[in-house]
Amino acid sequence: MNARARLLVFALGALLLGGAYMAALSQLAPLGRGASAYADILNRVCVRERHITDVVTAVNFDYRGFDTLGEEFIMFTAVMGAVLLLRRGKDEVQAPQEDELTSRRGRRRSDAVALAGVVFTAVLLLFGSYVITHGQLTPGGGFQGGVIASTALWLVYLSGSYKVMRQVGPKPLVEAAEALGAAGYALVGLIGLFQGAAFLQNTLPPGSIGSPFSGGTVPLIDIAVGLEVSGGFVLLLLTFMEEVLEIRLH
Amino acid sequence: MLNIFCYSIAAWVLLIGLYGVVTSRNLIHLVLCLSVMETSTYVLLTLIGYRVGGTAPVFADIPVGTKAVDPVVQALMLTDVVVEATVMALLLALAVQAHKRTGSLDPHDLRALQG
Amino acid sequence: MLVLQVASLVLVAMGATAVILTRNPLRQSLSMSLYGLLLTLMFFLFQAPDVALAQIAVGAVALPLMILLALSKVKQNERDAAYARQRDEKASQGERRDKPSSRKGQE
Repeated sequence: MNARARLLVFALGALLLGGAYMAALSQLAPLGRGASAYADILNRVCVRERHITDVVTAVNFDYRGFDTLGEEFIMFTAVMGAVLLLRRGKDEVQAPQEDELTSRRGRRRSDAVALAGVVFTAVLLLFGSYVITHGQLTPGGGFQGGVIASTALWLVYLSGSYKVMRQVGPKPLVEAAEALGAAGYALVGLIGLFQGAAFLQNTLPPGSIGSPFSGGTVPLIDIAVGLEVSGGFVLLLLTFMEEVLEIRLH
Repeated sequence: MLNIFCYSIAAWVLLIGLYGVVTSRNLIHLVLCLSVMETSTYVLLTLIGYRVGGTAPVFADIPVGTKAVDPVVQALMLTDVVVEATVMALLLALAVQAHKRTGSLDPHDLRALQG
Repeated sequence: MLVLQVASLVLVAMGATAVILTRNPLRQSLSMSLYGLLLTLMFFLFQAPDVALAQIAVGAVALPLMILLALSKVKQNERDAAYARQRDEKASQGERRDKPSSRKGQE
């Protein structure tokens, strides 16, 4: 199919799809006035029922926890797929190469950059774990905190070197963290079963509102998801870096 | 009128992303177009969940009963934003592999796959 | 508030168009990052701080980073392939009696 015919087919399809989409959108409630009874009920009862002040986290890891378990495994599978696709092929060799991404032809990295890197890595890790552990109180949680914490290792690479990055984040450790996080979520779900309730039902004591230990199973799931997300993103980063810096066509 | 205009932004983002996918001559560009298409759902969900005068559904320092926006759609988007990034990484890895096998990133050169 | 919200929506629409029309993937990684920031602004103005936090970390760091790494791998492979072609041409000029297939087998 040449480019012209392709555009023509696209234009026809876009007209149909766009028309149908707009027709559907015009049936929606006016912007900002739609009322979802479910949302109103959640906003009203969540704090009293679960002692969780961030309703979004409560929906994610409690009311809709089983769904999020599925999402988490989508992520797990995607990371595994990327790692599998980027493994060393038969026609490739793996050997540490010169770091051509950041090599500055013999110039040493300045001490100030290294120091700033160390400080900000610590800050990022701290902020990431804060966001993970306070997910049920303020905006945040395992997903956001995990991504934030995973960027710390990238900073290690930028301010240090590839070698330092591999020493700080060894691949077996990262893989273990990811697997532990993914399994941890499912294991927390078993707590409900052992207490005679449903899978992933929040049966632990809710604690006092506003404390980091409130919310029953939600803080545990937050930590598991945080481990999984940060492990997954770091593993992706390591795999891509390895692909660029070590694996070459034979 | 303003109503339809706001909702139509979601349709626009979807269609412009689809246009990019159709006309793309580079697999990495195509992956990014796909990612833009995915963001159209964020626009739509954000708009559906919004309430005029509502605050964020976080009752850490405001009393329960304050008018707040829909937390359910936010939970949907939240997981998707993060999961989508890893799926994009998977697609980028596929693009890299396709380039290794065929020596080209142009989707038109992927005929080798047919047999 | 409403003006800001509508403006952020218009910015998102413009940002999406810009990402699609940037045909060079290297530049696209930058426009993608900017688009992520615009989405963050929209989430923030529509009272979705949780999503904004996730989007800013993913859009500003993780996604552009993986695009850049994939691009540099592609470029590296292109360079290596060109180098291998040159090497093969030189080798075939030196020893013409060898068939290309048998030379490949020896490697």
